[in-house]
Amino acid sequence: MTGDWFAHGFFCLALRVFLTGAHLRLCAVPSLLVFALTASAAESQRPVPSKSGIEFASADIRALQQDDFANPGMLWIVRGEKLWREAAGKESNSCASCHHDAQASMRGIATRYPLLDPGTARLINLEGRIMQCRERRQQAEPLRYESEELLALTAYVAHQSRGMPVNVTIDWQNRHNFEAGRALYYRRVGQLNLSCAQCHAENWGKQLGPETLSQGHGNAYPAYRLEWQTVGSLHRRFRSCLSGVRAEMLPYGAPQYVDLELYLAWRANGLTIETPGVRR
Amino acid sequence: MDAPARRRFISVLAGLAAMPLLPVRAARAQPDPFAPLILQVTGGAPVKAGRVTIDTPRLADNGHSVPLKVSVQSPMTAADHVRSITLLSEKNPRPVMATFHLGPKAGRAEVVTRVRLNGTQRLLAVAQLSDGSFWSGSAEVEVTESACLDAS
Amino acid sequence: MVARVQLPREAKSGEVIEIRIAIQHPMETGFRYDLAGKPIPRNVINSLACRYNGVEIFRAELGSGIAANPYLQFYTLAEASGEIEFSWVDDAGERGSERASIAVVS
Repeated sequence: MTGDWFAHGFFCLALRVFLTGAHLRLCAVPSLLVFALTASAAESQRPVPSKSGIEFASADIRALQQDDFANPGMLWIVRGEKLWREAAGKESNSCASCHHDAQASMRGIATRYPLLDPGTARLINLEGRIMQCRERRQQAEPLRYESEELLALTAYVAHQSRGMPVNVTIDWQNRHNFEAGRALYYRRVGQLNLSCAQCHAENWGKQLGPETLSQGHGNAYPAYRLEWQTVGSLHRRFRSCLSGVRAEMLPYGAPQYVDLELYLAWRANGLTIETPGVRR
Repeated sequence: MDAPARRRFISVLAGLAAMPLLPVRAARAQPDPFAPLILQVTGGAPVKAGRVTIDTPRLADNGHSVPLKVSVQSPMTAADHVRSITLLSEKNPRPVMATFHLGPKAGRAEVVTRVRLNGTQRLLAVAQLSDGSFWSGSAEVEVTESACLDAS
Repeated sequence: MVARVQLPREAKSGEVIEIRIAIQHPMETGFRYDLAGKPIPRNVINSLACRYNGVEIFRAELGSGIAANPYLQFYTLAEASGEIEFSWVDDAGERGSERASIAVVS
């Protein structure tokens, strides 16, 4: 996917010229330069104004998310807190053994994810970091992606940053991930031949069937979706959208999703973390 | 067609156009789907419409989880209180959704929960009071399909 | 089963208090199929009771028409200090319970 970004760049450019007159000023610039430009040109790709998905939700969902007791996602936070203190692995360590009180140690952590794992130089999201810690530090049985335990722990950790603004930095080290994520965001896929951008960048606020299109941010994830009747990860939401446009879904934990998460996080910079969010 | 026939035709069209825009409910002409369910609850005793209120959104976000509040006007004293409230669905595969048993110590005859609704339908709540009488209230909820298939 | 109960820690005698309970449970309807095409058996919390100092103040018979991760909110008269205790059972026979204390002042 990242290998054909050059040709893809021209495709995206042509697409943008075709779909949005606002980007016409870029059509004189070759695709190479478009992607080499600093954040200032990319700034135009953030929605204006930036709105969290909760602002497009009904009164019921807004009330449900705000009610810390009735919010069904909070049941996963309670579970996550129990798991945080549960011993596992060879040395019978829990997360708390090293990280102590999550309210202190995990505060602000989720705002910076996904980030480059210094050990492997790969982009890693919060789920990936928890799985890695579990396997390498706790030397415990690995947690499966989208398992109840991983969802609960991820939600619990992200929840410690609730109310704090998403704050990822794009620099020379993760720029290729950012651009891969952006390329995927603008790529048309599936039988319905739609890209993320067409719904969430160009038509947010408009109706799709009975639903109002949101800007497609990930700041509330892991979130409780009424459709799923449970809490799910952002990768599940990606899969849900991909199946919605009749495209092949990549597996949970796919690096392409993590790159996309980085692009989404950059796009959501400034919006506050809402985990556990409630969505329809 | 000649002028009088044309006028009649147009007035018929106008009459049809003036009908409510809500989907035409053929249910009026068909047997009430709640009748056998009410019989199950009351054993044939009469049910009076009133005192019972169902609060739900007019349009549900998602049929999997719809907020619902059912309340009954009652002083909730030892002599005059609500014994039970039964929630009935018009379209769900299992039409008896729940039964709540209260009593004089409840203080308020009100229960809030979240329900699953299998499509747009009417809901009926039947309450039995301490004197043995039955009262009912209903609500209508529109439940739409999600815009996208979710095979996640 | 993760469950949470919310009620006021303190109340005046004779006051009507609000009690809320949320339980993590799929309330499996029995109408769904797994990825292999096999039907997932029905498993819902079918009965839930609330006792205040041992006396039943609320009981619910529930079915698949109640949404997953059931939420219930109801009321009771605060009478005496003590324990408000919940117990429930699902179709698979798994039992759950949760309790909270209340201090009632006159």
